[in-house]
Amino acid sequence: MTKIADYISKSARQNVLEAIKRANDKNEYHALLSLTEARALERADAVDRGEISGRLAGVPFVVKDNFLAFGAPTTAASRMLEGFKSPLQATAVEKLEAEGAICIGKANLDAFAHGGSTENSAFGPTLNAYDKTKVAGGSSGGSAVVTALDIVPFALGSDTGGSIRQPASFNGVVGVKPTYGTVSRYGVVAMASSTDTIGCFATDAADAELIMDIMAGKDDKDMTTLPNFFEPTAIKSGLKIGLIKDTMTDDVDADVRQVTSDYVARLKAAGHEVSDVAMPIAQHALAMYYIIVPAEVSSNLARYDGIRYGHRAEGVTSLAQLYGKSRDEGFVTENKRRIMIGSYVLSSGFFDAYYLQAQKARTLLINEFDKLFEEYDVLIGPTTPTPAFGLGENTADPVKMYLADIMTVPASLAGLPAISVPAGKSATGLPIGVQLVGPRRSDADLLALAKSMETA
Amino acid sequence: MLTPEMLEKYDMTIGIECHVQLATLTKLFSGADNDARQQEPNTVVNPIDFGLPGMLPVLNHEAINLAIKAGKALGSEIARVSRFDRKHYFYPDLPKGYQTTQMYQPIIIGGLVEAPLEDGGVVKVHLHHAHLEEDAGKLTHNSTYSLVDLNRAGTPLIEIVSEPDMHSAAEAKAYATELYRLMTYAGVTHGDLYHGNMRFDVNISIALKGATELGTRAEVKNLNSFRSVERAADYEFRRQVERLESGERIVQETRGWDEAKQKTTSQRSKEDAQDYRYMPDADIPPIVLTEDEIERVQATLPALPSFYRNAWQPLGLDSTVVNALLASKQLAEGIQALYEKGGESVARRNAQWFISTLGSDINESAIDSLHLSPDRFIELAKMVDDNQLSSTAAKAVFAELLAGDKNPKQIAEDLNLLQVSDEDSIASIVDEVLTDPASAKAVEDLRSGNDKVIGFLVGQVMKKSQGKANPALAQDLIRKKVL
Repeated sequence: MTKIADYISKSARQNVLEAIKRANDKNEYHALLSLTEARALERADAVDRGEISGRLAGVPFVVKDNFLAFGAPTTAASRMLEGFKSPLQATAVEKLEAEGAICIGKANLDAFAHGGSTENSAFGPTLNAYDKTKVAGGSSGGSAVVTALDIVPFALGSDTGGSIRQPASFNGVVGVKPTYGTVSRYGVVAMASSTDTIGCFATDAADAELIMDIMAGKDDKDMTTLPNFFEPTAIKSGLKIGLIKDTMTDDVDADVRQVTSDYVARLKAAGHEVSDVAMPIAQHALAMYYIIVPAEVSSNLARYDGIRYGHRAEGVTSLAQLYGKSRDEGFVTENKRRIMIGSYVLSSGFFDAYYLQAQKARTLLINEFDKLFEEYDVLIGPTTPTPAFGLGENTADPVKMYLADIMTVPASLAGLPAISVPAGKSATGLPIGVQLVGPRRSDADLLALAKSMETA
Repeated sequence: MLTPEMLEKYDMTIGIECHVQLATLTKLFSGADNDARQQEPNTVVNPIDFGLPGMLPVLNHEAINLAIKAGKALGSEIARVSRFDRKHYFYPDLPKGYQTTQMYQPIIIGGLVEAPLEDGGVVKVHLHHAHLEEDAGKLTHNSTYSLVDLNRAGTPLIEIVSEPDMHSAAEAKAYATELYRLMTYAGVTHGDLYHGNMRFDVNISIALKGATELGTRAEVKNLNSFRSVERAADYEFRRQVERLESGERIVQETRGWDEAKQKTTSQRSKEDAQDYRYMPDADIPPIVLTEDEIERVQATLPALPSFYRNAWQPLGLDSTVVNALLASKQLAEGIQALYEKGGESVARRNAQWFISTLGSDINESAIDSLHLSPDRFIELAKMVDDNQLSSTAAKAVFAELLAGDKNPKQIAEDLNLLQVSDEDSIASIVDEVLTDPASAKAVEDLRSGNDKVIGFLVGQVMKKSQGKANPALAQDLIRKKVL
């Protein structure tokens, strides 16, 4: 029985009360920024009365706090949106609620989802579920940790360059980043419009598959959504799998390589064919990513100006000061860094050399993936170059922090589905995940493979 | 001081950017009502227009259809693939911190507007492109604070960018006027100029006659009438000549038009120009149009001014009359309906009556009466054709025709204007005229073979009959009696 199935069989009110108790008991991890207890209990009672039913009736879950949702403010872990109450909910949340799921709280993240450790949260970091001296990963650190700690059976996250997969890997849970356009982005605080995706965390692939099945589909409110293609499927035997050897170099942590190799051995034992593939362009993916994404970030964060909602600075005497001071106070350092980089690469005189060049390289990357998928069904590699690093270890060096994304950004830039599955542990007991990447719209196939490997 | 000699030395070059508000029901990217007139501030705004976190644009396909119509009316090419981009700047009337526009791949490419000039000539203005974009909101400044109204934010516009093909204020006015006709005839815009449905930014530079390079330009922004386009261009020409002649240089800058003072004033110079950091908008997939889709929209394009100009050739109307009629799409449609139903003479007479009676002040109720009861207008023209009314009398009847719903015969009777074709009564008036000493010389001239003076004598008869005598009959009688 999957965890979700277990919850469905019980009283919704009981589920919610217990989940909230667990959340309070595990308060020291700082995985949640708010609880939506009152609304959750109301909904639970409605489920118990039979007024709401569905495939997730009475199942508690948590959303990353960059999803607009009722019951608590949507802060994006920033001072800018501190206390911001949304008049509407994200499509993903609406779809889950329509199936009877109950949101019990909102998870911590790097402010505006900028970061890979949740240390950029304006309200303090989330601690790793396995070692409180380590980071949770990020930016969806809170969502990964509430899932890993079994506070709820699943949680929602957003993944722009690895923000679901990396914390999933760091906390030993399944993390799904779907094909770009699978799930509506409506109602999720935008980071980078061309790579933002909505996905989930779960303890096992079967639960993740159910959640993706519910969330996937065309949304009239998001023009970039694809017509629904997600169809849960059975594992295909004898897959051709490529191990990206560029992700298995000496720069990568030895334990991570070992765990990945062990997973590959299990794939082979399960009858799949695994061979090494080269993907030389992947080494440039990080450079592309840190041009394109900051450019889009600088644009998407322009609306936070202190005029209509959000933080507005006190004691200003001019419009320029109102903008400058509100944004200075409302954003964390990493937000400002990305806005600066993004504004720079979009400025006239630099646009062609940076943004346009990065977009051309991105096309080459997409072509290279497409070529590999003519031969391989799935590509595999570690999700991250190291297990969870120590709190504060990388905060002084943004480039070192960015390197943690090196395995995850290629799939983001290419819009491909990628999932991180727990594969083993380091010598010190930290979880290590491997990443499965497939061609566009192969999301269900990847989950089928992950499911089969959980019992293999 | 400016002298005519100084002005003579320079040529002016003008290019115009025109913002046209599209007549869609809802905004470009949201379901909010596109008509914000007479609405309380910030009441025609939804979360998308408001720029709430997590909101995404949903493209209004009606705006695409209207852009296709606009492009077809302008003789442009419709791009099979066009895209939206973001233009960034911070201002409280811009909720997202960027304006969604089309910088790199606009939907309308090239085009040509042939605008009739008042002197009967034509100015040909080529178009560079036209693109779709959203409007910003509106700020009202007070002494210590400013108020933001986002009702207009997100209103769909097309911006039509001309080549610098105009060389006089009259040409600029003619182009602006013809654009207005084209856009209203095509149904692209309601054309409510008072509410800014069409706004013109006029770029003006001057150079010595014969110079191969254009001078530095100034841009006069946000003109909302044809006359202000003309006056601003005229003013700028003189201002720039004066500067150059006094040894100063022209600075590239944005200027505003002060309607009260009838002059342009500096708003900001190019040194303050912003870097808009344009980038593709990843939230909106490219607009991909097939030939079929374009043709389907084109098939719904209403008749354009050129249609009426061609159709009315046989009427032999003066070009100023034609252009005055074309100032209103409804009037042009009304005259065309009279033409189709009543024939050439009916159309010609009514066309002239409309313009001579109303001048440039063609009000809606006058046009309504034409649409409501075209038969009355046909009847009036026929009465003149059948010599029941003189043309002078017909004008008086026409004015009454517009004012109420009486039929022309009734009006003519009420005003005692029906033409007298009774030979006896005309004959007695003719006698009176011929025996009048004032006519003696004319009578003599006529006798001695100067046939031209008969016009004078007929005129006297008309005068005495208060316009009611049948002039042809009067002429016959005069000849009979004198010769």
